[in-house]
Amino acid sequence: MTASYEPWDETRGAEIIAEHANQEGATLVILHALQQAFGYVPEAAIPMVAKALNLSRAEVHGVFTFYHDFRHKPAGRHVLKLCRAEACQAAGGDALAARAEAKLGVSLGSTTPDDRVTLEPIYCLGLCATAPSAMLDGRLIGRLDQKRLDALIVEAQR
Amino acid sequence: MSLRLFVSRDAGAIAVGADEVALALEQAAARRGVAIEIVRTGSRGMYWLEPLVEVATPQGRIAFGPITEADVPSLLDALSNNTPHLLRLGATDEIPWLKRQTRLTFARCGVIDPRSLDDYRAHGGYKGLERALSLGTDATLDEIIASGLRGRGGAGFPTGIKWKTVAQAKADRKFIVCNADEGDSGTFADRMIMEGDPFLVIEGMTIAGLTVGATKGYIYIRSEYPHAVEAMNAAIVAARRGGYLGSKIGGSTYRFDLEVRVGAGAYVCGEETSLLESLEGRRGIVRAKPPLPAHHGLFGKPTVINNVLSFAAVPFILAEGAKTYADYGMGRSRGTMPIQLAGNLRYGGLFETAFGVTLGELVDDIGGGTITGRPVRAVQVGGPLGAYFPRALFDTPFDYEAFAARDGLIGHGGIVVFDDSVDMRRQARFAMEFCAIESCGKCTPCRIGSTRGVETIEKIINGERVHENLALVEDLCSTMKFGSLCALGGFTPYPVLSALKHFREDFVPVPITLQAAE
Repeated sequence: MTASYEPWDETRGAEIIAEHANQEGATLVILHALQQAFGYVPEAAIPMVAKALNLSRAEVHGVFTFYHDFRHKPAGRHVLKLCRAEACQAAGGDALAARAEAKLGVSLGSTTPDDRVTLEPIYCLGLCATAPSAMLDGRLIGRLDQKRLDALIVEAQR
Repeated sequence: MSLRLFVSRDAGAIAVGADEVALALEQAAARRGVAIEIVRTGSRGMYWLEPLVEVATPQGRIAFGPITEADVPSLLDALSNNTPHLLRLGATDEIPWLKRQTRLTFARCGVIDPRSLDDYRAHGGYKGLERALSLGTDATLDEIIASGLRGRGGAGFPTGIKWKTVAQAKADRKFIVCNADEGDSGTFADRMIMEGDPFLVIEGMTIAGLTVGATKGYIYIRSEYPHAVEAMNAAIVAARRGGYLGSKIGGSTYRFDLEVRVGAGAYVCGEETSLLESLEGRRGIVRAKPPLPAHHGLFGKPTVINNVLSFAAVPFILAEGAKTYADYGMGRSRGTMPIQLAGNLRYGGLFETAFGVTLGELVDDIGGGTITGRPVRAVQVGGPLGAYFPRALFDTPFDYEAFAARDGLIGHGGIVVFDDSVDMRRQARFAMEFCAIESCGKCTPCRIGSTRGVETIEKIINGERVHENLALVEDLCSTMKFGSLCALGGFTPYPVLSALKHFREDFVPVPITLQAAE
């Protein structure tokens, strides 16, 4: 399942911002909503958020860049996240991460040249009793092993 | 008569195929013309048995697991004809791993339908709120204080004292904030309870609101927990509809409402002041304390900020009385702790028990040793900021003070087990690396110290001036421990120093002992 996103559109962006701007402390709420609609937070949206919330561009940019979740450009068609935290390390996660990097030819935190797969580290999905864990486009996978990982990579490359 | 089956909708169960099993059961039953009803519950916390399928019988629920899609036909045969099955575990409540626990907070988790307010009420839900309403605010506060409940997020601060401070503060608005930014690796109790018994969290927060005079609460959930976000949002809607949120709570004159806010992948937002900044829509930069959030919290107003498990303990304390809760535990650690067993462990999961159980019992006995079958070498307790314990310290009882006395912490109750293939230099380096990735950047010891720590441990790994660099790391850890503003920089030294202390042999090349020539 690939998430489908709308192309950036200023009017649509303004609608999304207006929808949430009345909440207290709305910056993160709006950034999440923008990313959910467009797959990333377009740079053009930052001054719009600032204006709506009566903040400076720098303040909104600062919030946007502080959090790991927000993207400044679209991810690949599929996003494969591998948990790199301790419980998954204890269960063989290091070797699986290295295998994924080798198979996809990219390091964690980057996208394959054909834009098909973005491989990312994640620090804990809370599935620590069925480690190692992964997430492919929002789908959770526990008890990851070489075979399951290889299948996920094939699925992501499709 | 239709078969009533229970399959977990917990993220941990879904990750190992619970959705597929539920679907296969429905389809196979339809093909056979067997009437079944599948209730999607939370998880019982026995993750090595997930996907677990339970069936209702006049003698109680019978469990089968771990069930895969391929097992579904044979499972339906066994259920329809009442014949034996290889994966039959017997009565769920009699499974020793569950039976040994003292489930006060997790009593309903895995049992009820987390989407059903009626199911929650039928299993004793909202009794705590009813009692709080009949006691009044002062007596409710006294109950929380008398229970000895301490913050389950890790700091262990007395919850009642925190509430009292907010109750006594004068302000036009006050807030209740639930810290559901459960970022520690090896912990998943918050996630489980939000997914498996969300009304419990709502009830606890509501009681807090009435007691301190707050009318609005926020639950800040990390974005890595989409299932918990969904479960909490659904429960909030149901609670509002049922008259348990909004105005005239439970028929009283009180008003209280809740909103879920989602984090954005910053570990440091689990620190309470950073979380408040994030809720206000800013960078999650830690605030200097004082002022305490109890005086000057969310939007500058008096705020009770507690962990999910702290709020989740409250309904029991009110419903059954402070004394009943406080009778469990040891020393100044009263009540029960939902302990999370994770990593390389045969029987991983959620084990709620009174404080006082030893680390060795938890790892060897309850956890069953490693899944790889190799000897346990190191156990990290309390998340990425917790110390690594060697076997020699397995007699440490699970208690805030006992762990502190051994330069460790129980934190949020996560235990991650490593076998003898672990390289403690890598674990020490990772602790510094994680701190460098997640540092909010406000204070120098954390921001710069963590990066220098990674570099210096790297040198040790490469064999460069090992003894000098070890001394440097120890010195750096002392600066971070005493000079950082919050627990991220302040506690990162725990895993590093404990690795150095208890697993020295990994860092220092073994000296070559020359044999005297005969």
